[in-house]
This record gives sequence, structure tokens and C-alpha cells, in this order.
Amino acid sequence: MSAADILRSPDVEAWLARSVAAAEARGLRELKPLLESLARSLQALRDADAEFGHPALPDPDDHAR
Amino acid sequence: MIERRELSPVELTRACLDRIDAGNADLRAFITVMREQALADAARAEEEIGKTHYRGALHGIPVSVKDLVSIAGTPTTSGSNVPARHPRHDAPVVANLRRAGAVIVGKTNLHEFAFGTTSDETAFGAVRNPHDRSRSAGGSSAGAAVALVEGMCFGSVGTDTGGSIRIPAAACGVTGLKPTLAEISTEGVVPLSTTCDHVGPLALSVADAALMYFAMLDGDARVERLSAPADGQLWLGVPEAYFLDKLDDGTRASFTHARSRLLAAGHAISSVSVAHAQRTADVYLHICLPESSWYHAPLLKEHAERYSPGVRLRLEMGRYILAEDYVRALHGRTALQRAVDRALEGLDALVLPALAIGAPPLGATSVVIDGASQPVRAMMLRLTQLFNITGHPAIAIPCGTGADGLPRSVQLVGHRGGTERLLAVAAALERQITGGPGSVGGGAG
Repeated sequence: MSAADILRSPDVEAWLARSVAAAEARGLRELKPLLESLARSLQALRDADAEFGHPALPDPDDHAR
Repeated sequence: MIERRELSPVELTRACLDRIDAGNADLRAFITVMREQALADAARAEEEIGKTHYRGALHGIPVSVKDLVSIAGTPTTSGSNVPARHPRHDAPVVANLRRAGAVIVGKTNLHEFAFGTTSDETAFGAVRNPHDRSRSAGGSSAGAAVALVEGMCFGSVGTDTGGSIRIPAAACGVTGLKPTLAEISTEGVVPLSTTCDHVGPLALSVADAALMYFAMLDGDARVERLSAPADGQLWLGVPEAYFLDKLDDGTRASFTHARSRLLAAGHAISSVSVAHAQRTADVYLHICLPESSWYHAPLLKEHAERYSPGVRLRLEMGRYILAEDYVRALHGRTALQRAVDRALEGLDALVLPALAIGAPPLGATSVVIDGASQPVRAMMLRLTQLFNITGHPAIAIPCGTGADGLPRSVQLVGHRGGTERLLAVAAALERQITGGPGSVGGGAG
């Protein structure tokens, strides 16, 4: 997967695959478990977009009106 | 006593240096001891005070500085084998301390580059906890806390990016203050996370922490600046969900006891909630990791093999975080700031433990809480890092020991920009919880 691929499709699974491959290419195999843990945190952060009131997402109050 | 010339700054400094000589090989609190300069500064202070040029409560008082902060003519190692910095100028916080007349006795040990909470990854040997030498002294400002417990100084400069003042203060049984974000200058301090870094004091009491805070802020540590302890009934909120979910038995028991004492003293204590609190670690990681990687990028390029393996890997992690996710975390930060502001509405302070566990064994990577294994790093940061994200002032105050004999600590959190008010609240509650100013660890006598 190229850097362009990850930018076109930056889902967490693709991000993790790309990051692990890049780390291994740099001789940093030990990073893999840390990146896997970070991927879980990343997913949680992205899942919180609505909770944090991302401005491009519908405001729950809009439906109530 | 110093002002009345009943106590000599030179003798006091010599006593601290003697304690460093006696205990440092074992405890590893100091990286650099500034013996000659400290004695010269103490002699100058003694002479000034003799001429009635008394500058305030820190004049002639021995203090320490975390070895992440620039002191002219002294290497800044950051606790690392990466080549040290050799600053030509004092950091503003050090210059302010000198203006207040403080005598700097040395630079204290820390978790390498402040990137850890246990201070067992340092090029200068793991910092040992004076209460149990097989245990961590917390981190990253571990040497700062140990130096106070052992009477090697009377005030310490620390830094706090996720809890690095409050965690070692709690682990060692001293007081640690993280002021409001950006209140005390971080210039001349090796950064970890440029938007979460704070500079603040560790001390043996709230009053001492307040004097150190004023000295570090602007160089004026006259006792007249101290606010009286807050009077009468205080309105306190305990954030229960998330914050009290994972505590070890000793912490839960000591916090329950402290809460009972506050109630018995007549304070109003309500349960409050902090929205999004369970997202704290996710937001923190996606801000702190890329910011720390940014600073270390050129150093990693040249000296990667000189870092402790664990610190290096954490720094490398940040290089994989996308800009979009960093911005996402900054947006989450704003939501968390509002949530803490809302939780504080109508209250003097939030009250919660500072550290979810007693000091862990050196080298431990997990602890068992309620029968489940938990990562030490996450448990150490769990109750402090939110307030680095949001910038609210927070202070850790000793509240006794657990059945394991290890110190435990209560954390008070005040309104943003309200550090002085928080100190007044803390001074009132300190007396009610512990029966008077002082620390679990004891002082220099």
C-alpha cells in the first residue's frame, strides 16, 4: 500500500497496516504491538466525532426542531 | 528564622548537601549536585540578609530543579544518554527563583525526557521510593519528590505534561502543584508536548508550594502574597464515573476516609460528572505523541540508539499519527475543557485521588485491580492527564497511607486561571484532612 493509498482511504485498518509495514521497513518490529494499541485508541477517537460535536456532522438538536 | 538570622543559609545549605551526599547513591534523586555554586549563593544570601536586604520566604532556602530545565553553565541531561544541552542562560523560571533568593543545590533525576511515569528509564539509574526502595518514586519528576522527602532541599521545580508533578508527589507523599496552563513560563525547558507541558512546584506543604509558585511565577515569594486558607464551608464535587472506577484498595480506602473528614468538617460534597471523561486517554495520546515526536525528530535521526528502548518506541509511535487525527484530538480537547468547566460550575474545587494506585514495584508493567490486570502506565496517568489537556490547575496533597504503608494522595482541581484560589482552598482542606501542614514523608526537620 502506498502513501497515496492511505491518504485516499485512511480507515484505521489501512492506517495500521501501513504503519506496521513502515515500522518494519525501518527495523522497528517492536513497534507493532504499540501501533496495534494505538489503532484501538484511534478508532475510539474517530468514533467520538459525533460525541465531540464535529461541525460537519448533523447536530442531534437539529432533529428535535 | 532566616530573616531573624537565627538560621544560617550556609548551614542550611550545607545540611542539605550532606543529606544528598548520604542518600543519593542509593536513591538517585540528583543527577548534578551544584555544591560550590550553592554554597556561594547561600553565602551571598546570608550577607544580604545580614544587611537587612531580605527578599522573602525563599531567600537563602535550598531548592532543586528538574534536569529538564536550563541552568546556565550546567548541562541539561533530560535523564538521557542523548547528548546534553549546555545552556548559556537560565530558564526564566530559574531566573525568577534566583530573584527570590533561592539557593539551587542541584538538578534532579527524572524519567528520560519526562516521557514516563515510573522513572526507571533514565540514564542515571532508576529513582527509588524512600518509603520502599523496591518501588518506583513515580514520575517523571521523581528526583524532585524524593529530594523533598529526604530533606535534600525544601522546594523542587518539576514539570507536568500528563501528571509528572502530581504523580511523584502522590507516590512519595509530598505536595505537588500543576498551575493553570501557560501560567509559569516553559521557556528553557526541554519540551515533551508543547501544548500540554506545565512547570510547577513540589513542596512539603501547600504553603510552601504556594511560595514556590509565586517565586517561579515572577520572583516574588514574600509571605504577604499568600492568601489566607479559604474560610467556612467549601463546595466540592467528586467526579465519580470513570475517576473512581479503577482504584486499588489502599487508594479507595484513603480517599473514602478523606471524603468523610471533609464532610465531617462541614463542607458540601456532591457527585458530579465530567462528560467525555472516558475519552481522555485517546485525546491525550493523539496530542502528546505527535508533539513529542516533532521535538525529538532531529535527535532520533542522529542518536536513536542512545534513547532507552521504551522511550524511543513511544517517540516513534507519534510519527505515524495523521495530521487529521491530531486536529480531531484538538477538537476533543475543546470538548473536554468545556466539560471540566461545567463540572466546576458553582464549586470551589473537584476532589479526586491523584494516583489510582500506590507506588508500583520498579520495572512493573502491569498491576492487578479488582482481579483484572491493568497497564501501569495507563493507571499512573489515569487521574491526572485530563487536566493537562484542559489546562485546569490541580494540586496533589498527601492524605495518609494505605495498608501497604505507601502514601496516598487527594487531588484538588480548580477553575482555569484560578491557581491562587485553588491554593487557598487546598490550604484549608490540607489542615482538615491531615491535621496540619506537612507531608507523609516528613521534612528536613
